[in-house]
Amino acid sequence: MMRGSGFSNLSTEEILLPVRPLYVVLTLVAALLLDLMPLTGWVLVVRPDFVALTLLYWGIQQPRKVGFLPAWLLGLAVDVAEGSLFGQHALAYSVMMFSAIALHRRVAMFGVRHQMLHVLAILVLMQVIVLAVRAAAGGEYPGWSYFVPSLAGALLWPVTRFLFRIPLRSRQDPDEV
Amino acid sequence: MEYTPPPFFKRGPSLLARLSFFALLSLILLYADVRFHYMEGVRKAIGVVLYPLQRIVDVPGEVASGVSSFFVSQSYLQRENERLAHENFLNAGLVQTQQELIAENRQLRQLLDMKERVGPTSAAAEILYFGRDPFGRKVIIDRGSSHKVEEGAAVVDDTGLIGQVSRAFPWTAEIALITDREQAVPVQVVRNGLRAAVFGTGYDGALDLRFMPVNADIEDGDVLVTSGIDGVYPAGLPVAVVSNIERNAAYPFARITCTPAAGVNRHRQVLVLSRLAPLPAYPPAAQQKKAKPRKSRRD
Repeated sequence: MMRGSGFSNLSTEEILLPVRPLYVVLTLVAALLLDLMPLTGWVLVVRPDFVALTLLYWGIQQPRKVGFLPAWLLGLAVDVAEGSLFGQHALAYSVMMFSAIALHRRVAMFGVRHQMLHVLAILVLMQVIVLAVRAAAGGEYPGWSYFVPSLAGALLWPVTRFLFRIPLRSRQDPDEV
Repeated sequence: MEYTPPPFFKRGPSLLARLSFFALLSLILLYADVRFHYMEGVRKAIGVVLYPLQRIVDVPGEVASGVSSFFVSQSYLQRENERLAHENFLNAGLVQTQQELIAENRQLRQLLDMKERVGPTSAAAEILYFGRDPFGRKVIIDRGSSHKVEEGAAVVDDTGLIGQVSRAFPWTAEIALITDREQAVPVQVVRNGLRAAVFGTGYDGALDLRFMPVNADIEDGDVLVTSGIDGVYPAGLPVAVVSNIERNAAYPFARITCTPAAGVNRHRQVLVLSRLAPLPAYPPAAQQKKAKPRKSRRD
């Protein structure tokens, strides 16, 4: 976990432009909008938690720029939008951010497929915390389909990574085709 | 990848310290919300901030439905028009007799010196989206406290009771559906007037009629309507139809499953009924004994 200095990434990671804070804010707002989409039926069941996925991306890619505060505030926003207990997502996103920042060097060393497994683990952990909070407040287990959003989120990880990097590619990169 | 100085130069509090701080803050909020419901004001403030975002997200759906309704075929409209005209014709007769019945009822109530029942006024609303909390069954409608939607008001569609307003934001309101696990509705069997309470199961299309003895006079297909004794739901709204009864003498109660009368997943239009006038206070003797807790979640 400790040996990942900047150089080990060079073989697998392309060199990207520095991230501007405005770009991070825009992606997070877009994720929140996607989360607020009016959905029904099975789409609602498989719908990934876009806000969590975006936070996770920034937590892993830019742990110094995106920390606990945006995660916590967005958690509160999601709680209000969902009408769930006030603070359950704030808590879950904080723990998710902790794992993302703690693991960011490790995750960056792996290829996309193994990164997906890490993302899956972190997202499931996040949902388990929500589940634990609800269980403590007297809720009942909603069934296995509860964890489908984590799986969907992990499957969307490569897409997220690709999309978020498009504006960060440098124009004059000689390696680009 | 990193453009900041190496970590050993500039570091805020450690990662674990930061996590503990935010986790503790969240836990305090959670405790205050669950235990004391202190957070409703903050929730409303955030809800107001989120409202424009929710409207933005709703635009594509509205445009899509607008476009598709523009291209409805002529024959479909014609058929629907015929059906509606026929329904209207049938209803006109009912309305006329109902006027007569209302007048007669009022007169009889005056004769018997009984309190007059006030019919609730209603406001039409549209379902914006379904609640995403997998632990509860809720929908969000586009009318809120600025449209005089009150917390605790009953919500119906054209076929029956859907639920109850559980939280009113300024421009939206959250409705706990009757299928929500925490919702209970006092009902009455139309056939024999038997009173009971239906509870949500947390699943679509299923309600539990609990605490009925094994030999209770309930049959398949019995229609359950709100009894109105709770002071929350007006009397006589269709709630559910009994669909399955398991009478097992080994248990004290029968297992009775019902199907909701209202089509919660079929329509977008709902009616929010205004809250009823408060019931007269409990008589002193009953109050001392605390005879019967309210059945509904919110009073």
